[in-house]
Amino acid sequence: MFSDMENLTLAIVLAPLLGSALAGLMSDTLGRKGAHRVTITGVAVSLFLSLYLFNHLVFAGGATINQSVYTWLVSDGIRFEVGFLVDRLTVLMMVVVTFVSLMVHIYTIGYMADDAHNWPQESLAGRNSYQRFFSYISLFTFSMLMLVMANNFLQLFFGWEAVGLVSYLLIGFWSVRESAIYANLKAFLVNRVGDFGFLLGIAAVLMYFNSLDYVTVFENAHLHKDVMVEVIPGSAWSLMTLICILLFIGAMGKSAQFPLHIWLPDSMEGPTPISALIHAATMVTAGIFMVARVSPLYELSETALSFIMVIGAITALFMGFLGLVQNDIKRVVAYSTLSQLGYMTVALGASAYAAGIFHLMTHAFFKALLFLAAGSVIIAMHHDQDMRNMGGLRKYLPITWITSLIGSLALIGAPGFAGFFSKDLIIEAVGQSQLPGSGFAYAAVLAGVFITALYSFRMYFLVFHGKERMDEHTRHHLHETPWVVTLPLILLAIPSVVIGYLMVDELAFGSFFAGSIEVAKSHDVLAVLGANFYGAFAMILHGLLTAPFWLAAAGVATAYVLYMRATWIPAMLAERFSWLHQLLLNKYHMDSLAAGIFGSGSRWLGMGLWRFGDTMVIDGWMVNGSARSVGWVASVLRHIQSGYLFHYAFTMILGLLGLFLYFIV
Amino acid sequence: MPQYRRADRIHQMLENYLPVLIFIAVGLVFGAFMVVLGMILSPSRPDDEKLSRYECGFEAFAGARSEFDVRFYLVAILFIIFDLEIAFLFPWATVLRELGLFGLLSMTLFLAILVVGFIYEWKKGALQWE
Amino acid sequence: MNFIHPQFSLALPEMILLGMISIILIADLFISDKGRVVTYLMTQATLVLAAIATAAVMGADVALSFNGHFIIDPLASLTKLFIYLVSMVAFAYSRSYLIERDMYRGEYFVLGLTAVLGMMVLASAHSLLTLYLGLELLSLSLYAMVGLRRDSSQAAEAAMKYFVLGAMASAMLLYGMSMIYGATGTLNLWEIRDAVAEGSGHSLVLIFGLVFLMVGVAFKLGAAPFHMWVPDVYHGAPTSVTLFLSSAPKLAAFVLMIRLLVDALPALASAWSDMLVIIAVLSIVLGNVIAIAQLNIKRMLAYSGISHIGFLLLGVLSATPEGYAAAFYYAIVYAIMSLGGFAMVLVMSRQGFEADELSDYAGLNERSPIIALMMLFIMFSMAGVPPLLGFWAKLAVIQAIVAVEYYQLAVLAVLFSVVGAFYYLRVIRIIYFDKPTERRELKPANDLKVIFIANAMLVLLLGLFPESLMNLCQSAFIY
Repeated sequence: MFSDMENLTLAIVLAPLLGSALAGLMSDTLGRKGAHRVTITGVAVSLFLSLYLFNHLVFAGGATINQSVYTWLVSDGIRFEVGFLVDRLTVLMMVVVTFVSLMVHIYTIGYMADDAHNWPQESLAGRNSYQRFFSYISLFTFSMLMLVMANNFLQLFFGWEAVGLVSYLLIGFWSVRESAIYANLKAFLVNRVGDFGFLLGIAAVLMYFNSLDYVTVFENAHLHKDVMVEVIPGSAWSLMTLICILLFIGAMGKSAQFPLHIWLPDSMEGPTPISALIHAATMVTAGIFMVARVSPLYELSETALSFIMVIGAITALFMGFLGLVQNDIKRVVAYSTLSQLGYMTVALGASAYAAGIFHLMTHAFFKALLFLAAGSVIIAMHHDQDMRNMGGLRKYLPITWITSLIGSLALIGAPGFAGFFSKDLIIEAVGQSQLPGSGFAYAAVLAGVFITALYSFRMYFLVFHGKERMDEHTRHHLHETPWVVTLPLILLAIPSVVIGYLMVDELAFGSFFAGSIEVAKSHDVLAVLGANFYGAFAMILHGLLTAPFWLAAAGVATAYVLYMRATWIPAMLAERFSWLHQLLLNKYHMDSLAAGIFGSGSRWLGMGLWRFGDTMVIDGWMVNGSARSVGWVASVLRHIQSGYLFHYAFTMILGLLGLFLYFIV
Repeated sequence: MPQYRRADRIHQMLENYLPVLIFIAVGLVFGAFMVVLGMILSPSRPDDEKLSRYECGFEAFAGARSEFDVRFYLVAILFIIFDLEIAFLFPWATVLRELGLFGLLSMTLFLAILVVGFIYEWKKGALQWE
Repeated sequence: MNFIHPQFSLALPEMILLGMISIILIADLFISDKGRVVTYLMTQATLVLAAIATAAVMGADVALSFNGHFIIDPLASLTKLFIYLVSMVAFAYSRSYLIERDMYRGEYFVLGLTAVLGMMVLASAHSLLTLYLGLELLSLSLYAMVGLRRDSSQAAEAAMKYFVLGAMASAMLLYGMSMIYGATGTLNLWEIRDAVAEGSGHSLVLIFGLVFLMVGVAFKLGAAPFHMWVPDVYHGAPTSVTLFLSSAPKLAAFVLMIRLLVDALPALASAWSDMLVIIAVLSIVLGNVIAIAQLNIKRMLAYSGISHIGFLLLGVLSATPEGYAAAFYYAIVYAIMSLGGFAMVLVMSRQGFEADELSDYAGLNERSPIIALMMLFIMFSMAGVPPLLGFWAKLAVIQAIVAVEYYQLAVLAVLFSVVGAFYYLRVIRIIYFDKPTERRELKPANDLKVIFIANAMLVLLLGLFPESLMNLCQSAFIY
């Protein structure tokens, strides 16, 4: 049995890797069809086996799998291993990742069908770009699975960096576009800031626990509860707070939390399928998953939890505002993703990890749906992404329209849809939290509901209803996208409707995560809510009476008025409050701040260090200087090698005498 | 075989070399004696023929650094290889009775390997002068 | 006189080899030039047979035979197995090179096999007599191999130098052995050890003997200041011989050193450890520095080899089992890398073109990216760039000397490996960034190309998974 499980977990991880390697390395041999077939088969195998494991763990009551597959190296008694920890939390993530990934794979066949047009003629990078894209997304699936299935921090870090790498490759996929190169560099650099914190956090764990294994670390966590460390001389920090905040800085980078969120909107430069897969459904939620995974540590530091909650609340509210003024369809969805990630983070801060993961799952479905629907619109519009050129698309793209509506309703939390259950839970949980900062967070997430509804339906109305603003040529060619595009939309729409209703009881209040997630008694807000929970249907009825519902409804109504009826109001508001409008358009000047202070500052510092430190001291004196002297010595010494036998023999005798001398003197 | 202390054994070993030492001494003294005797007793009437270099089988017409037919070396080397085994065979023959069948087979094997070499040089034509 | 029959079965691999050498020597006489491949295949088959036999007699225990002159222990068996492997690869590399240069003759393989036999005797030697016997068998075969190309004055010069200097070194080694024998009264390594431990030997004679032994060993390894033959011989010998010469015999020389110093004279560890410090430092410094000035890649690799030997000695001079294991590991790693390094030259060369100047490699990447990449792996590995194999070897020996608190030595080793990185990276620069001087397509023989790629990938894979080989090396030094 043990060995079977080992093979099973290995197969889940390796199937996409194999697909990726085949599609990437043999792109000429396989051709386009071969490439998408092998990768889709790989991911489908993973999904199927993940579902089997899900059934095994959740319904058949199988035991948690925790095993090391390979010892990479042992250094100073610490083992660095590749291993898998598959419990219910993991298996849930695995199903979500492989399901969304499979949908995106299928969708990509349609989306990338005429990718050759995106490259200049005869471009070397454009050769086999179709196969390369499939190879990348399968590689991503492998990396993400490595991340969620890790049983130790090192492998977590491996997966963490690997998804970052693939994200980088895919944002800059159209490498002939200046903006894509800028965006992927930005994503890489910003993530580096986060990863630096993350790595320090892992180093701190290693230093104090002498192990990177999850189970060992969690079991010993309470021993270090009261340890204080002096990070800066004179100020003592709780070790747990330090570790948790450092790890969370990593999560802030990966899950795009304020102020490290600036890379995510730009990442929309990549092809839409990966915006759905990587920058909405899976990779950006890695930070959320990570915090839930190491909940036993976070539960020991209220400071860290408060910090998380406040950061999440800021992200949830203020990123929502930015969605209001965007005209690029993908960017609206991107800001909505930022805001929803903020919600998940708030849930983590309130110790409602289960609610956070629950929202992660529902969000994965409906946000992937929204992105893919946006992609479908973009295909139909011949790669025009500006909403001002759309309108009235409902009758041209019926399937896209209906699935978008479902996605939007799920997003704003219309009662009964998936997003309703998870988002309502988060709001209520924050309301119950006693931690410092929870008051602010509660206000922020409540206000966020209104904003979410407003920007979602602004987009919905602008795209699918109202006047048809596109030019004649485009209108003439408008038609529904092929089945490979619409099928994933439909398959994603189904869970977007029902998954919340089906899972809320088990996930949020049941014992689903027992053993995976630990919550201290004093923080357990979900238990308080659970006492008043009488089933999913009752929750819908109750939801109709609460503030979030009315706020959402108000948001939809406002959007209807502003963008369908009195369309002059937004323009007037923009003019009247132009400073605010400008502030939002400039994204609170965060980009210019980052580029101006950190970008220029580090460049200035780098230039200075380069001129003085590198060119003069290191290059001039140390490297070239020592190289010159070594070179000189070498040119002198080589003359010892005269080629004369008697010189050689003489040298040997001298060596012999030297050794004698050494012993006798 | 009685068990000696190690130091004794070394002592004993060195004692075995005493005759060698004596031989060296005697050799030196004897050699010097003969040379000196010759110098004193022999008449000294040198002529050209007597002072010329002597070389076996050659006209002594040039310096010792002259070119030499490489085939002499070949034959000499081959001779040495097959001559040296005699040094091995003599002591073996004296104790053959005690070594018995094992000794006989060992030497057969040794000679067989030598024959392999012989076949090789024959077939390669190393034994032909021209 | 009571005569005990030796346990012949322990020497089965050696006997197989000797028998096969005789058979191949005779058989080759009757094979025409066209059928020479039979000789080649028989040679490879011999090594496979020997490997099987070695694996069969291999045991965890130590067994002695031939009146204590012969030993089978994990070190001996493992070394032999690696020698077979390395030699097989070396022969396979040589095949197409020999054909192109009219050297594809039975003598090459027979001499190669006798060299292997010498190494095997050396690996299993347990007395000064067998050590010397193995060493001479090895050396004489190698002298002849270096000079195999009689019409090349370079090769003849190299062979001559190698022979004269080698004879000198052998003489010194023998002289040292005679002193050790004189001081202790025995040839058996363990008896020597006990005698020295008892303190019955004359210490001055022992030290004198040790110095002479050290000279002999250092010469065979090619460590400074007894390294002068290395560049000239590596340069002058046919590349396929250089490749063989620089790989397997280093393993044998390593065992020679372990047998003499560790098995026989552990009591003098403080003395030989000091000598090795001098030799190692000189080797690392001279090897790395002079290599920079070389424009001929074979000479460059020769000096790089001298510096690698210096690193290997670091492991031995720590005088701990961990250190010996690290040095053993280094010897194996060096053999693998050296095979790859000289195979680079073989891959590039063709009839009438030896490809041994650095400038011949300019722009190789444009002519054959895959071969360029493999060369990159090998050069990076030699430079000690993680995660390639060479890095772990350097790490292991440096750990060994840090463990015995030779910090200055460790710092020096690291500093000079940085100096060394310069000339390895220069090769990579030439391969990747210089403009190619010729555009002719690179067409190495198929077996050569495949083995070369496998060789380079091995450097990468063993680097990614260093554990197993390291454990194997450690198992040789657990008694």
